[in-house]
Amino acid sequence: MQKVKNKWRKFASEILILAAIFTLVQYLVTAGLLNQYFQINLASMCINVILAVSLSLINGFTGQLSLGHAGFMAVGAYVAAIMTNMLDLPFIIGILAACLAAGLAGFIIGVPTLRLKGDYLAIATLALGEIIRVTLQNIDYVNGPAGIMGISKLSTWPWLFGGVVLTVVVIVNLVNSSYGRAIISVREDEVAAELMGINTTKYKVLAFAIGAMFAGLAGALYAHYFYIIKPETFNFLKSFDILVMVVLGGLGSTTGAIIAAVSITALTAALQPFPAIRMILYALILIIVMIYRPQGLMGNKELSMKTFGRIWGGRN
Amino acid sequence: MLEFTQQIVNGLSLGAIYALIALGYTMVYGIIKLINFAHGDIMMVGAFVGYFSLTLLGTNIFVAMIAAMVTCAVFGVLIEKIAYRPLRNATRIAALITAIGVSLFLEYITIFLLGPSQKVFPESAFPIKAYAVGGLSILNKDVFVFVLAVALMLILQYIIKWTKTGKAMRAVSLDREAAVLMGISVDKTISITFAIGSALAAAAGVMLGIYYNTINPLMGIIPGLKAFVAAVLGGIGIIPGAMVGGFVMGLLETMVSGYGNSLYRDAVAFGVLIFILLIKPSGIFGEDTGEKV
Repeated sequence: MQKVKNKWRKFASEILILAAIFTLVQYLVTAGLLNQYFQINLASMCINVILAVSLSLINGFTGQLSLGHAGFMAVGAYVAAIMTNMLDLPFIIGILAACLAAGLAGFIIGVPTLRLKGDYLAIATLALGEIIRVTLQNIDYVNGPAGIMGISKLSTWPWLFGGVVLTVVVIVNLVNSSYGRAIISVREDEVAAELMGINTTKYKVLAFAIGAMFAGLAGALYAHYFYIIKPETFNFLKSFDILVMVVLGGLGSTTGAIIAAVSITALTAALQPFPAIRMILYALILIIVMIYRPQGLMGNKELSMKTFGRIWGGRN
Repeated sequence: MLEFTQQIVNGLSLGAIYALIALGYTMVYGIIKLINFAHGDIMMVGAFVGYFSLTLLGTNIFVAMIAAMVTCAVFGVLIEKIAYRPLRNATRIAALITAIGVSLFLEYITIFLLGPSQKVFPESAFPIKAYAVGGLSILNKDVFVFVLAVALMLILQYIIKWTKTGKAMRAVSLDREAAVLMGISVDKTISITFAIGSALAAAAGVMLGIYYNTINPLMGIIPGLKAFVAAVLGGIGIIPGAMVGGFVMGLLETMVSGYGNSLYRDAVAFGVLIFILLIKPSGIFGEDTGEKV
């Protein structure tokens, strides 16, 4: 009984904390206390968290090195922009279509490529991400290399916050379910997992498609916050950016991915006044962190209420 | 038919450049199993060293090329020592991220020092002439690039096949632990591999400067990626494979630009890569090794 009660208490406290964060920021935005600069960075933070958490499902938990995440983001961004901007459909339809299209793209790409292992998979996903970008460049309906302009700004704070919460809740629960255990077993030892009767291909494709789906969500939110999308935005360097967040946070740690996504976005924003040395510092930080902490900031541990309890000397 | 031959002639020199870059990728991968994403940027550094040697020091093209090769060999060894060696026993993905970091560092330190604008390779260093051979138009720069690249590849083959260093390189890439037991210095061998690979990339950088006439700090990204595709195409870790892969990529690119839509040439390159990966992931020259449990 005690256990059940604790579970409910934990659930209620989590809801309360989320609601508090949401109301606080919503108040700051509506009261005009948060200037444009902070709002933009807050939005990029939310989008990056969605991207990092969704890629961490593929790279961190399933152990499949994917270098084409920006491609799925591009699919989501374009589909959503076409839905709202060209077909005048409501934003929610755009988001759903974006998720569906990106998830489908993930499935179609995942089925043949996930037979490959390690570096070969990395190369194949890198190439497929680039193919998506080059294809978009050559479609006249979406203005080719110029991209879609004048997308209405529909990604407000409730949408961004909702997107982050939905992504984290779905992926954390997936990882903690029996599906998640199967997915992690694929990462730990694919042959052993197969011998235990786990359909490894099925779980790999599942994780890949779900990861791609949330990348599509991030793309839709991105398109409707920054007015303009170009194929060039979603090149392989964008995929690297997301991968850096996941690895820096620690492979197999959702909280690590969130922390890394937030801190890298904050770092990029903080370095904005020094455009000349921004990327040099970013590169150096990347190299130094990897040399001194190759397992990432969090390793495969999670940050939770329990960790804080331990730090404050409370009971576990 | 004549036009087809012309396209092949045009593609050969570009293919030779890709092959030179691909060799560095494949050698490094063969020996430490790292996709060295900074390799294209080392090529860029080589192109700039060649450019400054030509413009500031007023040397001829051969001296410029040797200067670029020596500088980049030193760079390559230093990068391996500082950035990759501490991670030799870490996970492969950590090394991969470090390589991305090194790549970004080289790109943006060059932009910081020299500005982002592109520089025009001095025309006087290599006056362009066109020869007409049986209806074909052959540029002297294409001949120069092709001959020099093939010569470098032959030298590389000699080093790898017939010298002690080459034997050590093959031994380390085959089985590192056994190589150590045979008294081979692994650190030294890896350093030499980086030096040779980077020198080849530098030569390719100067050639690319001659080929396209302009160089810029981000010029390494796309040729680097294509050379990498070439290395995979031939079978990554296999040296003749990288050469063949490079030529295939170069020819394919000029064919697509010549006959189809040049905007699609990158997509075709990657499409070929995926096709190869799906039917024979180990590449054209790769051997399928069974999986040991």
